[in-house]
Amino acid sequence: MDLGNVASLSHFLPELLLTAGVLLLVIVDLILRNKTPLGDIALIIAAGALVLIAIEPVRRGDWLFHRMLVFDAFGFFFRVLIALAAVVAVWMSIGSVEVRRCDQGEYYAILLASTLGMFLMAEAANLLMAYLALEFVSLTSYVLTGFLRRNRRSQEAALKYLIYGGVASGTMVYGMSWIFGLTGALDFGAINRALTAPGHLPALTVFISLVLILAGLGYKIASVPFHMWAPDVYTGAPIPVTTFLAVGSKAAGFALLTRFFYPAISRLGADGSWQALAGVDWPQLLLIVCVITMTLGNLAALQQTNMKRLLAYSSIAQAGYALMGIVVLTDDGVRAMLFYMFAYYLMDAGAFLVVMIVANATGREDMDAYRGLAWRGGAVPAVALTIFLLSLTGIPATIGFIGKFYVFAAVIRSRFYILAVIGILNSTVSLYYYMAPVRMMFLEEPRGDEIAIGFEPWTYGLMGVLACATIALGLYWTPIIAFADRSMHFFMGPS
Amino acid sequence: MSHPLTLITFVPLIGMALILLCPKGYESLIRWIAAAATVPQLAIAGWLYANFDTTTTAMQFVERRAWIPAYHIFYFLGVDGISISMVLLTAIICFISVFASFSIERGERGYYALLMLLDTGMMGVFVALDFFLFYIFWEVMLLPMYFLIGIWGGPRREYAAIKFFLYTLLGSVLILLAMLGLYYYGATPSFDMVELARNAGHYSMAFQRVAWIALFIGFAIKIPAFPFHTWLPDAHVEAPTAISVILAGVLLKMGTYGILRVNYSILPAASHEFAFWLLGVIGVINIVYGALCAMAQTDYKKLIAYSSVSHMGYVMLGMAAMTEAGINGAVLQMFNHGTITAMLFLLVGVIYDRAHHREISGFGGLAAQMPAYAALTGFAFFAAMGLPGLSAFISEVLVLIGAWPRYPVMTMLGAGTAILTAGYMLWTFQRIYLGPLNDKYRNLGDLTLREAFTLVPLAIIVLILGVYPHAVLDLLGPSLNHVNRVVLMAHAPAVAAVTP
Repeated sequence: MDLGNVASLSHFLPELLLTAGVLLLVIVDLILRNKTPLGDIALIIAAGALVLIAIEPVRRGDWLFHRMLVFDAFGFFFRVLIALAAVVAVWMSIGSVEVRRCDQGEYYAILLASTLGMFLMAEAANLLMAYLALEFVSLTSYVLTGFLRRNRRSQEAALKYLIYGGVASGTMVYGMSWIFGLTGALDFGAINRALTAPGHLPALTVFISLVLILAGLGYKIASVPFHMWAPDVYTGAPIPVTTFLAVGSKAAGFALLTRFFYPAISRLGADGSWQALAGVDWPQLLLIVCVITMTLGNLAALQQTNMKRLLAYSSIAQAGYALMGIVVLTDDGVRAMLFYMFAYYLMDAGAFLVVMIVANATGREDMDAYRGLAWRGGAVPAVALTIFLLSLTGIPATIGFIGKFYVFAAVIRSRFYILAVIGILNSTVSLYYYMAPVRMMFLEEPRGDEIAIGFEPWTYGLMGVLACATIALGLYWTPIIAFADRSMHFFMGPS
Repeated sequence: MSHPLTLITFVPLIGMALILLCPKGYESLIRWIAAAATVPQLAIAGWLYANFDTTTTAMQFVERRAWIPAYHIFYFLGVDGISISMVLLTAIICFISVFASFSIERGERGYYALLMLLDTGMMGVFVALDFFLFYIFWEVMLLPMYFLIGIWGGPRREYAAIKFFLYTLLGSVLILLAMLGLYYYGATPSFDMVELARNAGHYSMAFQRVAWIALFIGFAIKIPAFPFHTWLPDAHVEAPTAISVILAGVLLKMGTYGILRVNYSILPAASHEFAFWLLGVIGVINIVYGALCAMAQTDYKKLIAYSSVSHMGYVMLGMAAMTEAGINGAVLQMFNHGTITAMLFLLVGVIYDRAHHREISGFGGLAAQMPAYAALTGFAFFAAMGLPGLSAFISEVLVLIGAWPRYPVMTMLGAGTAILTAGYMLWTFQRIYLGPLNDKYRNLGDLTLREAFTLVPLAIIVLILGVYPHAVLDLLGPSLNHVNRVVLMAHAPAVAAVTP
C-alpha cells in the first residue's frame, strides 16, 4: 500500500520514540546535575525502539510517507540489527571511562539521532531520502568521532572523516542526479520501472551513474577505494562510537546498498531470480571491489599493532566477505549477506568490547597492553576475545564460521570459483593477524609491571552474552537463518 | 549400550567441564580427572571392538538426528571397519598421553581442558558420517593443538604453533570448498557421506578432478605429504611429549583416513586417475626423502619426526596400489604407525625430561645407566625398522606386496628404503645408547613406573599385532575391500590388467 503521512505514523513508532528520546535527553541534561542517569535513559530508549520494532508484525510491505520509505521484511531485519547495535553501543558507553569524561547529554542524544538516521537508511526507498538519511548518519558520526575534545587523534579522525565523507556523498548525489535525469524518478520503484521498460537503455550512462553512487555507499561500508577513513576514524573515536560505526553504520550501508542494487536497478525475473540490466555489469564491478576490499583489508591488518586499527582493517576485510553475497546476485547470496551481517555484529561488537575493557583498566589500546593478559587476572576477557577473533576468522564452532559457510555456499552454488578461492585464501591470511592478540594474551608471559584488569559486572555481563551467543549460534543457528530467510523479501510495490 | 559413539566422543568434554570447575590448588585432582575421563573412552572402544560385526560393509552403531534440516545437515555418527580401527587407536593414544602429560607443571587446568577438547575433536572426526559434522570436528582440533604447542611447547613454540595452524587451516578451507561443491553438484543436496558415496557417479569428471585435488591438498597437509610436510618437524620439536604423541599417533592418520573416506569413497573415478602420481609417487618421495632427512638430523626428536614422515609414505603407497593387500596394509600401517611412533616420541620425552636437551651427539652409553629404557628403545627401534615378528613388518610387507604388481619400480624404492631406515635407526641407537657413558649423565635414573606404564601397553600391542595381525585386519577387511572395489569399478577397463 502507498500510505500517506498520517497513516504512515503507525509504522514509524520506533523512529518517533528515538526522536522523542533525543529531545528528552537534551532536556534532562539541562535539568540534572548528576549525569549518570543519562546513559540509563538512552539505554531504555534504544531498547524500547528495539521492542517496538520487534512487536510490529511485518506484512507484505507498505510505502510510507508517499514512497519516501518502505516498510518491509528486509528493512525489518536491518532495523533490528541497528537497534541491537545501538543497545550495545549505549551499554558500552555507560561502562566506558572515555565517555564518562565528556558531555554525556549531547553524546547520548547524538548517538540516538545517529541510530534514527540508520533506521531511515535501512528503509529509504527514494534517492532523496537515501541521500538525506546517509548524510544524517554521516553528520552525527563526525560529531561522535570527535567527541573526545581534548584528544588530538579524535579531532584529526573527525576532520578526516568529514572531508572523505563530503567528497563521497558529493560524488553520490551527482550520480543520483544522472539517474534522475535518465528516469525522471526518485523513488526506487519508479526508477526500476523506467530502467527495465522495453526500449533503448543508455547502458553506459547508467553504469557511470552507478559507479558514482557506489562512492557514497562504498564509503559507508568502508569498501575499497573509499576505506581510507576507517582506520583513522576507528582508532580516534571513543571505543563505543567505533563499535557503533563498525557495526551499525556498516549494517545501514549494506541495507541501502542492497536495496539500491537489487530492487531499484535489477530485473526481478518471473521465477524470482535477479538479473542485472543488460550492459550494466555492476556485479562485475562489485566483484572487483569485493576482492580488493577483503585482500587489502587483510594484508594491511597484518602489520597493525594497535588493536583498534587492527580491528578497523579487519572490518574492511569483513565487509569484503559480506559483499560476496551481494555480488552473486541471487537470493542465496542475500540470505548469506544477511546472516553474515548478524554474525559480524556479534563478533565485532564483542571484540571491541574487550578492547574497551582493557582500555578502561590500562588506558592503552596497543597490542603490548595485552601481554600475558590471561596470566594476570584477565583470563575471562582473554578467552572472550579469543572466541570473537576466531569467529572473525571463521573457525568452527562459532557463528562466524557459519556466516562464511553460507557466503561460500552461495558463491560456489553460483559457480564463482575464483572468488571462492580468493575468499578462502583471505580467510587463511586473516588467521595470522587474528591470532596475534591471542598469541600476546596466552603465549607471552606478563612482564610483571602491567596493570591488572579488574572485574566490571556491567561490561563483563555484556561480554558474556556476546561470547555465549557467538558459540551457541555457531552450533545451532536455525533461528538466525530462519530470520534471514524471512527477511529476503523486498517490497517493490503492489503487484 | 545406547549411543556408544556419542558417549565415546563427548565423554572427554564432561571431563573438560569438571576440570574447568576445579578450584585453584587442586592440580593433582585435575590430572586424575583427565585420566579418569579417558578410561570410559577406552572401555567403550573395547566394547565397540567386541561388538563390531566384521562380516558387513554397512555402517554400525549408527546415530542419526536432524540438526539443521533446512540445509540437510544431520548429527550422523557411525563406524565401519576403517573408522573403528582409528577409534581404537585414538582411545589408546589419548589414554596414554594423559599419563605422559603428568610431567607438565604449569597451567595444568588449561592444559588438560584443552587436551580433553582435542580428544573430542579427534574422536569426532573418526565417527562423523555427515560431512559438515566431520568438518566441524576437523577444525575444532586445530585450536587446542595451537595452544598446547604454543603455551606448553619448547623455545620456538610460537612459530611452530602458528605455522601448524596456518598450514592446516589452509588445507581445511580447501576441504570446505570441495564439501560445498559436493553438496550442490550432487544428485541431491546432501552432506551425508554414505549417500554421497552412493551417488558418486553423478559428478562430472571435471568437477571430480578439481574437488579431488582440493580435498587431497587438505588431507595431504595433515598426513603430511611432501611438499606440505614442513610444518611437522617444527610442530613435533616444539610440542610437549604428550602432544607429539597425539600428533604422530592420531592426527596424522586423519589425513589418510580422510582420503579413504572422502576421496576414495565419494570420488572414485578421480581417485583412480590420480592414485599413481599424487598418492603413489608422493608416497614414495615421503618414504625416501623422509628417511634421508632423518639420517641428517642431529636432534633426536626431529629424527623421529622425519622417520614418521617416511613411514606415512607406506600408507600412501599402499592406498595408491588399490589392491586388496595394499589397501589393507595401508590401514594396518596407519594403526601400527600410531602405536610405534607414539612409543618413539614417549622415549624421546623420557630422555629429554632428564637431560633437558635432545642433541644425539650429546649422549652415549646410556644403555649401561638406564638398561630398561635402552631395552624398550631397542624394541621400538626394531619395530620401526620393520623387524619380522613386530607389527610394522606385517603392514609394510602387505603394502609392498600389494604395490608390486602395479608399481614395481616404486615398490623397489620403498623396499630399499628399509635399508636406510635400519641405517639411521641403528646409528642413532649406537650414538645414544652404546659406547662410553658421558660423565654428565652418571646419575640419570631409569624409567619410572609412570613412564613404563605409558610405554609397555604400546609395546604389547606392537608385539601382538606382529604375531596376530588379524586382530585388526579382520575389522578392516570387508569395508576396505568394498572401498577398493568402488574405486576399481570406476575405471573398469584399466583394472582387468591388474587384478587376476
